[in-house]
Amino acid sequence: MSTPLLQLTGVTKTFGGIHALSGMVCEVPEGKIVGVIGPNGAGKTTLFNTITGAYRADAGEVKLKGVDVTQWPSYRIVREGIARTFQNIRLFGSMTVWEHLLVAQPHSESAWRRLLPIAWANPAAQERAEEVMAFFGLTELRDRPAKSLPYGIQRKVEMARAVTARPKLLLLDEPVAGMNHDEAEEIRSLMIRLRDTGLTILLIEHDMNFVMRLCDYLYVLDFGVLIAEGKPEEVRANPVVLDAYLGKDD
Amino acid sequence: MSTYYASLLAESGILLLGALSVYIILATGQLSLGNGAFMGIGAYLSSYLTVALNVPLTLALVISAIAAGIIGAIVAFPALRLKGIYLAMATVGFGEMVRSFFLNFDTMGGSGGYRGMQHISVGYVWLWAGGILIAVMLLERSRVWLEMQAVHDDETAAGLIGLNTVVTKISAFAAGAAVAAISGGLFAHHNVYIEPANFGFERSVDFVLAVILGGSTVAPGSLVGSLLLVFLPEFLRPIADWRLAAFGSLLVLVLLVRRQGILDRSLIRMLTFRRAAA
Repeated sequence: MSTPLLQLTGVTKTFGGIHALSGMVCEVPEGKIVGVIGPNGAGKTTLFNTITGAYRADAGEVKLKGVDVTQWPSYRIVREGIARTFQNIRLFGSMTVWEHLLVAQPHSESAWRRLLPIAWANPAAQERAEEVMAFFGLTELRDRPAKSLPYGIQRKVEMARAVTARPKLLLLDEPVAGMNHDEAEEIRSLMIRLRDTGLTILLIEHDMNFVMRLCDYLYVLDFGVLIAEGKPEEVRANPVVLDAYLGKDD
Repeated sequence: MSTYYASLLAESGILLLGALSVYIILATGQLSLGNGAFMGIGAYLSSYLTVALNVPLTLALVISAIAAGIIGAIVAFPALRLKGIYLAMATVGFGEMVRSFFLNFDTMGGSGGYRGMQHISVGYVWLWAGGILIAVMLLERSRVWLEMQAVHDDETAAGLIGLNTVVTKISAFAAGAAVAAISGGLFAHHNVYIEPANFGFERSVDFVLAVILGGSTVAPGSLVGSLLLVFLPEFLRPIADWRLAAFGSLLVLVLLVRRQGILDRSLIRMLTFRRAAA
């Protein structure tokens, strides 16, 4: 088997004696949509924060395409190919949609050209932003301050911003939280289209129906421990999962 | 134009550069109350270069700007760990440190001040002030500026979308320090006399005031602020002793009604008849 895109071995994160994550092991193969589920406080967001370098893992390794990125600062991890969104949307308050799509693009140009107006110095960045804007259906909203937009659209802007960084792996933290059915369906089809362009997606989600119909593979966390994994139908039938999560939840 | 108004105009050009130096640093969400010190470094260094070493003024200004930029970057390193009010306090401390250094720096007159500089015209002052204003306005359309805005809005998120926030913050401090040094060099050669008291806390506060009054989200705001700060007290002269009080009330009023200052993006759009972005 080829090296998985993302590989975690024994990743552990503690906060003053509380094991937010202990001995996490998982693999994300290229070109798949993989889900992480679990009850509140199970360590899902901690997992994302540890992968992206927002937290330093206390033990274990995070490897992207075989490269150990565990102790890297977050900006280097992003440039290596992991982009993310946030559970509580974190857009930039002073920027328009258009500016969000420019700011996160990888630096291909020289430092001096980055000091010049984008319109003169970097038409390629503008083309890329146009492209992503059209893909996400945001073209009409180009000059709107991103934070003034409805919640569902803000989530799309955040996803689009992450995509402009040209990641290999996209981490989505509850991409459909607080959305109605139609909005969630739109995000689902966007994610499938993104996967079809070759992007690999790892997502955290509470909405079980959503996850079951979308993901190729699932990991189930509870109290920071991996309690189950498998294809959606296997996880759905697993009594441990039902106990920990589904049974109580519904 | 009378020499009196010419000197006010020169003063506002010098203040504009000081305001821009604060504006650049503020664009990354850092408030510096110590830019008077960078101005002082520029004033003393450029004066020494022109008077003692006969370096041409323009070259002396460039050298001072580079030197102040390096000092700015060094100061920014410890400041990286501080945010908000704590950072502001640290910059006040830095300002006082530099001022007392010049007070005891006898080679250049200490508390007695330093003189012998060649006088420069108001035109030369505004060549620099206008040039740097335009440069900052162009910078505002660049990738680097977007990165600065990102650090300003949400530093954590900026790092997590792939921006090196440390480099951004240090560069902003260095650039701000360099611009303040130019302001100082021009001040020294326009006034032809400098003393440490010229570059104290009040000077730093003046810079910040010009930015906040004129508009802290667009570069031309600094221009509006600097002109108002210098000329308004003059126009209020008829009310004699009350003019500073009136000026102060006006300032409070502006801040209450328009927190972003007089100029902002939407006002500029309106004034230039461009389509409003909803």
